[in-house]
Amino acid sequence: MLEQQLINALSLGSVYALFALGFTLVFGVLGVINLSHGAIFMLGSYVALLLVNKFAMSLWIAMLLAMLVTGLIGLVVDFLVLRPLRKRNAPHLIPMIATIGVAIMLTNIAQGVFGAENKRFPFGTIPEDSFTVGNLHLTAVQLAIVLISFVLMIILLVVMRRTQLGRALRAIAESPKAAYLLGINVEGLFFLTSFAAAALGGAAGVLVGLSFNAISPFMGQPMLHKGIAVIILGGMGDIRGAMIGGLFLGFAEVMSVAYLSSDFRDAVAFGLLFLILLVRPSGMFGKVLERKA
Amino acid sequence: MLEWWDGFWAIYSTVIFSIGINAMLALSIYLTLSCGLLSLANAAFMGIGAYAASMISMQTALPFPVALLAAAVLPALVAMIIGIPTLRLSGVYLAMATLGFGEVVRVVVLNLDITGGPMGLNGIPLKTEWWHIVLLLGVTLYALARLRRSKIGRAFEAIKQDETAARLMGVNVSAYKLLAFVLGAVIAGVAGGLNAHYTFTIGPGNYAFENAVDILTMAVFGGTSNLIGPVIGSTTLTLLPELMRYLKDFRLAANGLILILVVLYLPKGIWDPQRIRAFWQRRALQKAMKRNTASNTGKAG
Repeated sequence: MLEQQLINALSLGSVYALFALGFTLVFGVLGVINLSHGAIFMLGSYVALLLVNKFAMSLWIAMLLAMLVTGLIGLVVDFLVLRPLRKRNAPHLIPMIATIGVAIMLTNIAQGVFGAENKRFPFGTIPEDSFTVGNLHLTAVQLAIVLISFVLMIILLVVMRRTQLGRALRAIAESPKAAYLLGINVEGLFFLTSFAAAALGGAAGVLVGLSFNAISPFMGQPMLHKGIAVIILGGMGDIRGAMIGGLFLGFAEVMSVAYLSSDFRDAVAFGLLFLILLVRPSGMFGKVLERKA
Repeated sequence: MLEWWDGFWAIYSTVIFSIGINAMLALSIYLTLSCGLLSLANAAFMGIGAYAASMISMQTALPFPVALLAAAVLPALVAMIIGIPTLRLSGVYLAMATLGFGEVVRVVVLNLDITGGPMGLNGIPLKTEWWHIVLLLGVTLYALARLRRSKIGRAFEAIKQDETAARLMGVNVSAYKLLAFVLGAVIAGVAGGLNAHYTFTIGPGNYAFENAVDILTMAVFGGTSNLIGPVIGSTTLTLLPELMRYLKDFRLAANGLILILVVLYLPKGIWDPQRIRAFWQRRALQKAMKRNTASNTGKAG
């Protein structure tokens, strides 16, 4: 029983982690809390659904294209909304509010175009296979979610830690101005970050759409809340932290539903979050950093 | 004429009530912002006030003012308790912590029996009259205007500009921050109490993340450099959905777009005295120059 719960927790937690990765990436590099990340996540699953429905594409190609489309949306949002604010040196709060506007817009447009009701992937497109090892039960979707999430996370981690690009991004996270003086193409990397973060969000959207098989314009908001909880648990802007925080949140939620009561599922996330903030504002794994004004 | 007014009032009284309530909420977040605190807990305090007042009205025979008093006192107490540890955080961390607090409040209200759980409270007596709102909004505005000019207001301003400098000047930074936080909670709580007594029903979803964000949006939209901004912002954003009914399904999208445009092009909100003054000065200057050139050419001719 416990092992089964662990598998469920792993699959839920990897989606949280994947979603939070994009969220934390934008915060780390651009210094913006991008509250439109939930709406982009939602669009990801709609794009995949549309491609599967209209063009009878295979699910995995649809997922890749959905990542591309959401990435482009992220790029457009960056270009039209975040870049002008960067140029003006607007304080933190301002881009955050602008992304709220973006989120409202995208959610409402999705609602107008696709309708407010839950949509499902057509029967037969989601693989129904499942594996049974001992008394453990693992569906193909769960397996795919865990694998895809981990592959994406490892790619991101390797890029950030081991490549010239990652070094440049970390330099920007430290100080955009200094990075610029060192000859790093700061603006270009901001665009790249927005693209990659939105693509990761879109991927998470497709995976969540698959695992619950229910896609609605409002699925982004609860996920956004979880994302906020995760990046605070893991330390804001910390990529490893977001991964561990996501898995931890998935674990805590599944365990609280299994052994306490399903009523407190959301309370777990935010109770935990609140406690962490009081005790360790920089997150469970974050280093203590005091930034002045 | 009177009939027309009756019909108008029957349809739009809730909208007009909401304008007043939203103005108070926007002012509550203006207050914390004026002390440099980005707190998103005001929706939660509004909820605490609303539930406290409603439960008093529904379960006891105490008069309305007592219920409203509870709507002010209970959020203040909660703000004091959570403010002491939370206000050590700054910037986005504080925003996230207060957002987290808001979610905790929502989940607690959702799971308690005395608050009616997910169904919320229904059948709250309709006690709020229009003049209650006008009076309390007026009192809030007056108090905040006095506060701005007082020692406390100047301390808030100093902390907002530079916390370290303010501390070096001998300003008790943490005490003033707590004061701003608690006063903000009081205003939001009273607004919640008033609101609950004309909506008839309240639920845990009314005081969640979206509402916290809405309140912030109204204040920033209007401008937070003075008291008029939040009032104008809340009025505009409350009326906007009504005015844009013809957009039907895409009404909220237009709302979002307007929010983005204001943030991009009017960074200090729509009510920015400096910009407005500059505009009129420019116009006066242009007029004067035109008159000058006109009289000059007149002479030459």
